[in-house]
Amino acid sequence: MRGLLIALCSAVLTAAPALAQQPPTGQSEFVPMKNLPPSEQIPAATLLVAGYSFIWVAVAFYVWTIWRRLNKVEAEMRSLAQKTPQR
Amino acid sequence: MRKAFMPLLIVVAVLLAYAPVMIAQGAFEQSMGLVSKIMYFHAPSGMVMLVSAIVCGVASALYLWRKNPAMDRLAMASAELTVLFGVLVIGTGPLWAKKAWGIWWDWEPRLTMTVVGWLIAVSYLFVRKYAGPGSDKLGAALAVFGTANVPFIYLSVNIWRTLHPKTTVVPTLPPGMRGPFWFCALTLFLLYLVLLTARIHLERQQNALDELYLALED
Repeated sequence: MRGLLIALCSAVLTAAPALAQQPPTGQSEFVPMKNLPPSEQIPAATLLVAGYSFIWVAVAFYVWTIWRRLNKVEAEMRSLAQKTPQR
Repeated sequence: MRKAFMPLLIVVAVLLAYAPVMIAQGAFEQSMGLVSKIMYFHAPSGMVMLVSAIVCGVASALYLWRKNPAMDRLAMASAELTVLFGVLVIGTGPLWAKKAWGIWWDWEPRLTMTVVGWLIAVSYLFVRKYAGPGSDKLGAALAVFGTANVPFIYLSVNIWRTLHPKTTVVPTLPPGMRGPFWFCALTLFLLYLVLLTARIHLERQQNALDELYLALED
């Protein structure tokens, strides 16, 4: 069973680089980007808006994590202060 | 800094809200077209990431030297922001690259070294969270290495032949691009200051909580 597993892994590892080097169909010759059919082109405005939106979402998510962690720590401090006897 | 937090927060919110207007009005590079406007927030994100890595490294070096807990808090906050701004620069870059270069990613020096710098910041956070006692000093040493990587990230485009534009692009921007670019750069630097202040406050509260637990044990 172990031998079979090793043989399978070896076959996959050997075949992967060979497969990766195979040129995908349709890319055997150079095609300038501007000559691509409209269905193959990515609209620039979409990428621009996606980029700026990504920044907003990432920053908002980070702010939310700070707010959540701060709330947790402060709640724990309040709870601990209540448990601690006055000295 | 704590007194300036709220006014700074309002200013940053206004600038962030106005930034799309500036970007829309800004000029774009002729050969790349509209997508080159990603530069307005991609490049400043990279600048803030590098500044944040330097702050983290310098604060860590000072912590190793002087054992000042405030420096440790600053380093911790900066490391987290290096990761955040690293995500922004690595996330927005491929959107531009796909249109301009025809590929999402290329393992060329600038991109590879940026990923290495980002991974150093991530590893710093992992060390601080999981390495146990002594992780502060171990993390600080790691952060110093992270800072040593910064000049290589910046100069990589001038040293090696890469796909990425050189460092001469920003100082030679035409007037139509200069305004929106520096507006976005200022916005992201102020955002960095706001987030840094909030994150340091969180770290201070965390330290206070740890001290409370220690006092309770005594």
